[in-house]
Parts: sequence; structure tokens; C-alpha cells
Amino acid sequence: MKKFRLGKNWLYIPLIAMAVFYLIPMYVMLVTGFKSFAEVDLKTMWNLPQGIHFDNYIEAYSKLAPSLWNSFIMVIPAAVISSMLGSLNGYILAKWKFRGADFIFPFILFGMFIPYQSILIPLVIFINNTLRPIGLGGIPALILAHIIYGIPITTLTFRNYYAGIPQELLEAAKIDGADMLGIYRHILLPLSIPSFVVVLIWQFTSAWNDFLFAVVLTGNRSWPITVALNNMAGSQIIAWNVQMAGSLLAALPTLLVYIFLGRYFLRGLLAGSLKG
Amino acid sequence: MSRDKDRYLSILLISPSILAVLIFIYGFIAWSVRVSLSEWKGLNPDYTWAGLKNYINLFSDPRFHVDIRNTLIFTGVFVVGSILLGFFLAVMLDQGLKGEGFFRSLFLFPMAISYIVTGVVWRWLMNPAEGDRLSGFNLLFSYLHLDFLINKWHTTENWGIAAIALAAIWQMSGYTMAIYLAGLRSIPDELREAARIDGANELQIYRHIILPLLSPVTLSALIILGHMSLKVFDLIIAVAGKQLPLDVPAIYMWQTTFDGLFYGRGAAIGILLLVSVAVLIIPYIRYTLKTETQQ
Repeated sequence: MKKFRLGKNWLYIPLIAMAVFYLIPMYVMLVTGFKSFAEVDLKTMWNLPQGIHFDNYIEAYSKLAPSLWNSFIMVIPAAVISSMLGSLNGYILAKWKFRGADFIFPFILFGMFIPYQSILIPLVIFINNTLRPIGLGGIPALILAHIIYGIPITTLTFRNYYAGIPQELLEAAKIDGADMLGIYRHILLPLSIPSFVVVLIWQFTSAWNDFLFAVVLTGNRSWPITVALNNMAGSQIIAWNVQMAGSLLAALPTLLVYIFLGRYFLRGLLAGSLKG
Repeated sequence: MSRDKDRYLSILLISPSILAVLIFIYGFIAWSVRVSLSEWKGLNPDYTWAGLKNYINLFSDPRFHVDIRNTLIFTGVFVVGSILLGFFLAVMLDQGLKGEGFFRSLFLFPMAISYIVTGVVWRWLMNPAEGDRLSGFNLLFSYLHLDFLINKWHTTENWGIAAIALAAIWQMSGYTMAIYLAGLRSIPDELREAARIDGANELQIYRHIILPLLSPVTLSALIILGHMSLKVFDLIIAVAGKQLPLDVPAIYMWQTTFDGLFYGRGAAIGILLLVSVAVLIIPYIRYTLKTETQQ
């Protein structure tokens, strides 16, 4: 509160106006979700619900439950494995620079930005020819895609973090006889818990929210939530109020992560623009 | 001796990731390029050499013209909108008002949500129905006696894509706010104080001192948001499905490849998208890594 001046209080007017704008979609999702089927009408969509009903949520959950679970089953291993890989890669690229490491790094980074349409056809052919015949199509294939295409961002975040850890710490450990893996396990890994939180959240959110990989790699029974919700919205039979409730269910896991761990979420976000 | 062992071990441990990047990114890009130069349409792979035919056909394809036009409109509205909104939000939040943290979290929360959720909700907010079936934003405008604002949103002829960009601004302006706020916080107070002592007013301080100092942030935002606009896909699908007036290259690629089985054409669109992203991103990566080593 260093620059507080009374004359600046008028700024609350635009700030509150903007806050209302950002909350409008949330308001509609919540309010519609809590209405009873009887009072749902597009013409009264802005009205508050008369009492609290769970009809819409129950209906949406009964339709989306399998894909919500598919998403959880997919996202947790994807986030954990890609964080571990990223940490190891980041450690090596920051502290054990081999010849050509600085040459390779930008090529890894570029992978973070590519439009996946440019690798989609080979990816689908590859999955269909290797993983699908042995029963690992669908969710396992999706997990693999998120791990592999997550390597650039997770490696970048950890590399930036480890680069800030003083080299003297490593040299001292080396003199004490620690080897490369020992230094990682006993010194860097314990220090990098905050980075792990950042990367886990980031990977969790992007895998949960992904649509493109999901829609080409999964079928009917392995759809994650984004695909199931989109299909629900495209169907003529399912009413808009159920779609709203379904949207909230689909958004809830990442929203909760954001509400409770927002600080780390922001750090992941800023890492995405390369500045760690 | 043990130094060598460590060195080999580190190369051994990182090689699976490097190999994965090499195969799944660069190998697959090369494979896509090869498909884009082939006659392949239909279920069975056909690598008969077609030269640049798929690319040439795209440039005379009316649907691809719609895509380019839509991408340009979307990029313009989305990038300019997110940068302006994000900048003003950041400046307001930088004034040290109470509740700053609350507003900051509020402006950022849409980033945690998927484009699909945003799209499904905005689809109903932007309901174009008229007369007594008015709903969504249009109904809100009518309550507020702002009837002149009532419009057909994404179903507006030729410019519908701009309405999709509004939903994207809602989702992404928090991001630009966050990077501008970080930029503003890194400007030392002494600079502003010195300018004030020299008699500059607040507006002049922003114009002549703060904005120029923030230009690297603006450049980052332009590139990051610009490359996102080239890739826009899920948001449009969730608002409107696959409709020709709202078509973009990413949707065309998906539909022509997986619904139409025109693999050669689909790959060509994918590669054109990649080239347009690379033009923005490669200089950006080089610039960022260069400034990093200078520090």
C-alpha cells in the first residue's frame, strides 16, 4: 500500500465495472445451475434462482461423470511424469551442460509454441500403428501425448529455476564426494518443491483443458471432459441449463486449483512467456 | 574418473527427452511436410509425389481465403483488445489501492478455465435470437436501455469472428495484465519521482517514461497473443461448431483431414500454420535467449 492516495479512490469505479464483466459468465453458470427445471427459461436467464435446486447439476453429472473420471485418470499421471522429466532435464541443462546443450535448448523451446496441427497426422498414424493394437489407444495415448509435448515447458521452467541456484553449492557437494544423481536427490530436489508445484499445476491445467489431442486420440468411452462437454453443447436434445451446470463441473477442478494455489499458477503463466 | 561418469550419466538421462523431441516434434514435422507434398486422400496412405500442388490449391481455395480473413480479424481484435485492456487493468492495479490482490485474482481466473467451457457459456451469452426470444447479453442490453448495442454476435455477417475474439479477450486479458503488472513493478519508483520533480504530470510520465520502458513487455504480449490467434480452434468449435463463416485454418485442417480424409491438404494447412507461427516465435526465442546470456 505504498502509494495510497485518497484521490485515487475513483479508480474503484472502473475496477468494479471490469470485475462485473469478468464475473458475468460465472454468474450465469452458477445461477442457471441452481435453478429448478421449472424456472429455467432463456428469457429469465439473468434472474436469481428461487431457492437452491440441484436438478441441473445432477443431470449434468449423470451425463458427464464417466468423462470427468477419464480426465482425472489422464491428467494425474500426465502431470506427474512430465514434471519429473522436466526436473531432470532442467537440472542437466542448467548444471551439467554437455557440449551442444546451449545449441539444443532453443530447439526444445520451439516445441512449446508449435501448432499441433503440424504434427497431428503423424501422431494419429503413430498411435494407430503402435499403441492401439496393443490396447493402449485412448487414454494411455493421450497421456503419452501430454507428456511428450509437455517436455519443452516443463524443461524450461525447471532449467530457469535451477540456473538460479549457486554453482558453489554443487561444487561443495562434489568435494564432499556427491555424484551427479546424489546432488540432484539430496540438494536440488528438496530445493525445487516450489517449482514442482508450479509445473504440476501448469501441466494439470493444460492437460485438463486440452481439446485438440483429446478429440483426435480418444473415442466415445475414453473422452475426457472437454470433448464430452463440447458434444453435449452441440447436441440438440440437452437443454442449455444442463450445459451451464456441466460447464461448471468441467471448470471446477482447475478453478479450485487456481483459487487455492493461484500464486503458483501465476508463476507458471509467466514462465510460459519464457521469462522464468 | 567420476567426473566423466557423471557427464555420461547426465547425457544418458537427458537423451530420452531429446530423442522424444527429435522424433515427436521434428520427425513428425518432417513427416507432415512429406504428407503435404503427396496425393494422399482417403483412408490408405498414398505418398505419390504431388509437389506443391496442395499448397497451390489452398491459395486458390475460397474456404482458405475465408480462413485467412477470419484469422486476420480475430488477431486484430484479440491482440489489440487484450493488450489495451490488460495494460489499463495493470496501471489501475499498480496505484496501490486496497483490494489489489482480490482484483488481480479476479481478472486472472478465466485463464484457469478451458476454451471449451468459455465457449459453451459464451455461446448462450451471445445468443443472437431476436424479438421476444431475446436472451444473453442482448437481453441485458435491453434491460439497461442500451438497445443500440443489441447485435447478432458471432452470427453477424462477415465479422462474426470478432465476437469470438471478445470471448478470447475475456479469457486472456488477465494474462496481459499480469505481465504488464510485473513490468510496472520492475520500474524503480525513483524514475517517476525524478520526472515529477522535473515537473512532468502523470500522463507525461506514462507516455515518455513508462510506456517506452514497457516496450519489451508489449513485444512479448504481441508475439504470445499473436501466435495464439493463429492457433485458435477450441473456442470457435465450442461457440459455433464447424461453421463456414467462422472457419479458421486450424478447423479446416481438422475437418478436411479427419472428416474429409484429405490428408495431403490437411498436412499442408498444418505446415502453413507452423511457418506462420515460426516467423513470430523464432526471432522471439533468439532475442530472449540472447538477453538472458547478457544478464
